[in-house]
Amino acid sequence: MIPQSFEYHAPRTVAEASSLLARLGSDGKILAGGHSLVPMMKLRLAAPKHIVDIGRIAELAHIREEDGTIQIGALATHFNIESSPLLKDRCPLLVETAREIGDVQVRNRGTIGGSLAHADPAADWPAAILALGGEILAVSARGERRIPARDFFLDVMTSALEFDEILTAIRVPALPARGGDAYLKLHHPASGFAVVGVAARVLLNAQGAVQEAAVGITGVAPKAYRATGVEAALRGKSPSARHIEAAASHAADGIEVNSDLYASADYRRHLAAIYTRRALERAAERAAAS
Amino acid sequence: MRGKKPKDAAQKGGNGAVTRRDFLRGASLAVSTGLLAADGAAVASPPESSAAAVVGPGKVPVTLRVNGQVHRLELEPRVTLLDALRNDLDTTGSKRVCDRGTCGACTMIVDGKAVYSCSLLAIEAEGRNITTIEGLMKDGRLSPVMQAFIDNDAQQCGFCTPGFVMAATALLAERRHLTPEEVNRGLGGNICRCGTYHGLRLAALEAAKRMKA
Repeated sequence: MIPQSFEYHAPRTVAEASSLLARLGSDGKILAGGHSLVPMMKLRLAAPKHIVDIGRIAELAHIREEDGTIQIGALATHFNIESSPLLKDRCPLLVETAREIGDVQVRNRGTIGGSLAHADPAADWPAAILALGGEILAVSARGERRIPARDFFLDVMTSALEFDEILTAIRVPALPARGGDAYLKLHHPASGFAVVGVAARVLLNAQGAVQEAAVGITGVAPKAYRATGVEAALRGKSPSARHIEAAASHAADGIEVNSDLYASADYRRHLAAIYTRRALERAAERAAAS
Repeated sequence: MRGKKPKDAAQKGGNGAVTRRDFLRGASLAVSTGLLAADGAAVASPPESSAAAVVGPGKVPVTLRVNGQVHRLELEPRVTLLDALRNDLDTTGSKRVCDRGTCGACTMIVDGKAVYSCSLLAIEAEGRNITTIEGLMKDGRLSPVMQAFIDNDAQQCGFCTPGFVMAATALLAERRHLTPEEVNRGLGGNICRCGTYHGLRLAALEAAKRMKA
């Protein structure tokens, strides 16, 4: 399995990369960690004429906090995120999600930006970024735009990025006071991808009731989604087991649920409710303990 | 790419007939069509302003630092690190098995991290420190991990062994206090079809113990 021939470009800055992409148009394809793209090129499912390797653009590899917002550069690997002391303290959901991705070798090379741009319907990051109400920064020669996570995933392996845009960073709010979050996943036993993956963040008010709940679900539908029915059902309620279970039963309301060899649509729908309940319970416990 | 086998998660309809691969084929067609429209816009955009060098698709000079030695090769950009080492440097300890970042037989250590060398282009590895199974012996002596593999019968056919040794070496370079669960997790990117996992775990734990001592 050998990829089709391509010309290779290794820009050193985002500006260089975006002017390259503007020129190459549809013939250009961005390479980051390569753990989705290179195997696809070997299978000839992708055959770009030009590879724009952004792996040497140092400015894309940061993880930092600015005024309560966490910004993660597109080139941060899953390992960088998993092992970040800042994130462990300020946005533990990202650490918990990173730990669940693939295996060591994948986490060492795979990047958060690459994973989001690839928009695999069973990838882990989309659930977390949706639950956090994150934003995706995209830069092109035309300028920068910020895409809310809920507008970013369009369909199976289709994101809102244009061909000349580079996903440069992800911005998410840090964990607020009286907040808790959790990511829970049923791994596909061989691939490690999510049969069902649920990310939840719960904010409690001073009385201990749910001020806001946010739930992102991956693996279930052609694209990751926010379970708005669950969120609405829990808002204002105490985070009791009964309320959480009732809310979680709406996990796949109105969703076209995937069905495949590993999990039928009915089973996935069932799993979505179970994992949503467990993720909310854990997030609520952590919020109460914070 | 997703891991161990083609999966049908990408199916769109309810009939289960559309496989992931079929879907991707369809999607790439759709993408190409969309791109024709984008091309029109690209023509109007500013001409070449990038300083970055364009290389390929033919052979280009690629310098690799493997096991402490610098090698100057001529490679097409599409050649993976694994193929460059096996075919051009005759460094065949790393095995080519699944060739899609799943089985771990090609595991090398690049800048201190275990990576799937089948999913890394050789040209991406320029300037990095690459270690393969051939680079673990020092002064003709086996490394502690290698010795522990022998002492614990951690191989049967032996084909996956170099990948496991490299994964275990990278794991132990980071930490030597490991629980069995952490060993499982650290070796979770490698597959042994003979099923020698028990010996593999023991070997990694024993090597950790010896390296602490």
